[in-house]
Amino acid sequence: MAMDIAGRKLFVKALLEEGVDTVFGYPGGMVTDLMDELYRHGEISLVLPRHEQGLIHEAEGYAKATGKVGVCIVTSGPGATNIITGLADAHYDNIPLVCVTGQVSLNMIGNDAFQEVDIVGMTRSVTKYGVTVRDRKDLGRILKMAFHIARTGKPGPVLIDLPKDIQTALGPGEYPETVAIRGYKPSEGVHVGQLKRGYKLLKAAKKPLFLIGGGVNIARANDKMEELMERTRVPVVTTVMGKGAVPTDHPYYVGNSGMHGRYAANMAVGECDVLFSIGTRFNDRITGDLNEFAPNAQIVHVDIDTASISRNVVVDVPIVADAGLAIEKLLEWAEPQETGAWLAQIRAWDEENPLEMRRDRGMTPQMILEQINREFPEGIVVTDVGQHQMWASQYIEMKKGKQFITSGGLGTMGFGFPAAIGAKIGCPDREVICISGDGGMQMNIQELATAMTQGVKVIVCIFNNHCLGMVRQMQQLFYGKRYAATCLRRRKSCPGDCKGPQEACPPYEPDFVKLAESYGASGVRVRTEEEIAPALEWAKGEAQTVFLEFMVATDELVLPMVKSGNPMTEMILK
Amino acid sequence: MKNRWIALYVENQVGVLAKVSGLFSGKSYNLQSLTVGTTEDETVSRMTICVTSDDVTFEQIKKQLNRMVEVIKVIDLTDMPIHMKEILFAKVRNCSVEDKAELFQIAQVFHVEVADIGTDSVLLECKLTERRNNELIDLLRSKYKNIEIVRGGAVAIESISTSCAGRSEYFRK
Repeated sequence: MAMDIAGRKLFVKALLEEGVDTVFGYPGGMVTDLMDELYRHGEISLVLPRHEQGLIHEAEGYAKATGKVGVCIVTSGPGATNIITGLADAHYDNIPLVCVTGQVSLNMIGNDAFQEVDIVGMTRSVTKYGVTVRDRKDLGRILKMAFHIARTGKPGPVLIDLPKDIQTALGPGEYPETVAIRGYKPSEGVHVGQLKRGYKLLKAAKKPLFLIGGGVNIARANDKMEELMERTRVPVVTTVMGKGAVPTDHPYYVGNSGMHGRYAANMAVGECDVLFSIGTRFNDRITGDLNEFAPNAQIVHVDIDTASISRNVVVDVPIVADAGLAIEKLLEWAEPQETGAWLAQIRAWDEENPLEMRRDRGMTPQMILEQINREFPEGIVVTDVGQHQMWASQYIEMKKGKQFITSGGLGTMGFGFPAAIGAKIGCPDREVICISGDGGMQMNIQELATAMTQGVKVIVCIFNNHCLGMVRQMQQLFYGKRYAATCLRRRKSCPGDCKGPQEACPPYEPDFVKLAESYGASGVRVRTEEEIAPALEWAKGEAQTVFLEFMVATDELVLPMVKSGNPMTEMILK
Repeated sequence: MKNRWIALYVENQVGVLAKVSGLFSGKSYNLQSLTVGTTEDETVSRMTICVTSDDVTFEQIKKQLNRMVEVIKVIDLTDMPIHMKEILFAKVRNCSVEDKAELFQIAQVFHVEVADIGTDSVLLECKLTERRNNELIDLLRSKYKNIEIVRGGAVAIESISTSCAGRSEYFRK
């Protein structure tokens, strides 16, 4: 009979069997056993961040960049509550994570013990699955389940709450090889008949359009999608999460559609007669006014999640399938379609209102992003949330081998920088460029210490406009220019009804260059168009993390824009 | 908007009830009643759930339940022949002799049992459909001042005999 082993030993064994080589962990009383076991074992790299929120975003970035499951270990109580934002983020954007939270011993649960919280209860609605291990003999099965659930079907975060006494208790040493969960059957095949119906519609269409979401990127079906687009000659629009599903310089690629989408892309959705969508859940940022969404189109919807189909938009042909499998099947039938006139129409829209920022005064985000495109044709671009994110989603070019990582569903400020660090930890040979704003950069700035101590290089491009620009933009357009709580220079001494930056404004804090230097990193401030290229060149040559602080005008807007709830074809263009 | 019924097989584990009920509150679904108990297999619980919703929302509710790891099976009972009963206790206090006599008559008509009796109070034990229980409560309210009601929510099971099929409305009333 096999020897019984401690829970902590089985835990490390499970990680090894699951192929885990990197763990993001922050210590605390209730996970010291796990940390000790990892330390003694020594084979798995343990990344120590500076805050648990940074930790989980790092694991998300790691998982997105590598396609592997991100593993987090945090302690009970505050350690656990600090990862909730990241769990919600991963839940929304379908990122596979296994998060282990320490918990007080079983006999203490419910006593309001020191650092005790009901983390499973708190996170029920933002995890794919969550469970407290209540019996040592269940530990192996639960760990196996957790990895299986996290990475199969529609991926997502799984939380395992692990009481301290389970970590030390002796029990079976075997890690199960198979998993059987009677209530969990992720979609594995494609309903061929239904898909054929969808393809027939597409083929008969005069103005067919693919709407591609993040599902195609998650399935890593980019090459196949490009082939499908080329074979059928059907133009493609993407969501923000779908960006990069096909190369952005392809003549059949129109652009992003949605709230800040390209004019031609939104017009194409408005005018198409068949909308063939893959891997998107028709979020409100894509549809706008539901009654006016793709009003002339029959809609085909491929998604791995039955609950995403016909929820927001009632579709004509629903197909439950993995995006990659569906595209593969479609390639068996795909034939060229006559789309010349339709493509010409789309091109005409694009010429009518191209995606462009003014060039008449000073440095614009477009200039910075275009230079980033020139300097870094490959690599991983990670963004935070806000104006810079939308500019990046508009102007960053995506080619083969390039990746775009962003917080799309939850829109988590503070995501970008740690996610970039995690991406670099997972892909040390690739250049990682983090594009952030001055607001989001200050949420999780402490992770600069993680980047330095881990010796990872991230090129951090901070678009500093001295304000929380996305909200300021709404205030400028829809709230009578009352800039409530969006100016980051504002002090008590400022006038109550300030309408914008003036000569006499107080200085901006912090000084990002000095801040970088205080961590042993380096940085430069970029004020003019001429300085952009040399700064990026310099950053390229540096061995460690650098900050490039781009001084962007406060009144720069993300355009086009559709007011929340309006039809997507009613765009504010200027 | 109408009432719909779901039978839900779930893992008999800690937190599953919270997860299922949390779905209804978190997504603003209109939950009418939810009962739960273990089945012939003690690792499995069965819930009977009644919701008020439109067609689209109801489809979404079933899908959302189905995607939960802990949910084993979702059965839509809405258009199925079923047997459905709800347990209800009604205690009537401050009864006169005439009141008591009348309560015995009511019990006879409604097919409910007089489970207990005191000098001035009567306890009725009812196993009726929810709708019939509602009617009984309305009647008691109109006649007596001091009543105490406790009810358990409906449980339902699919019918066996085909003769029930055409009369499903009777069983669910």
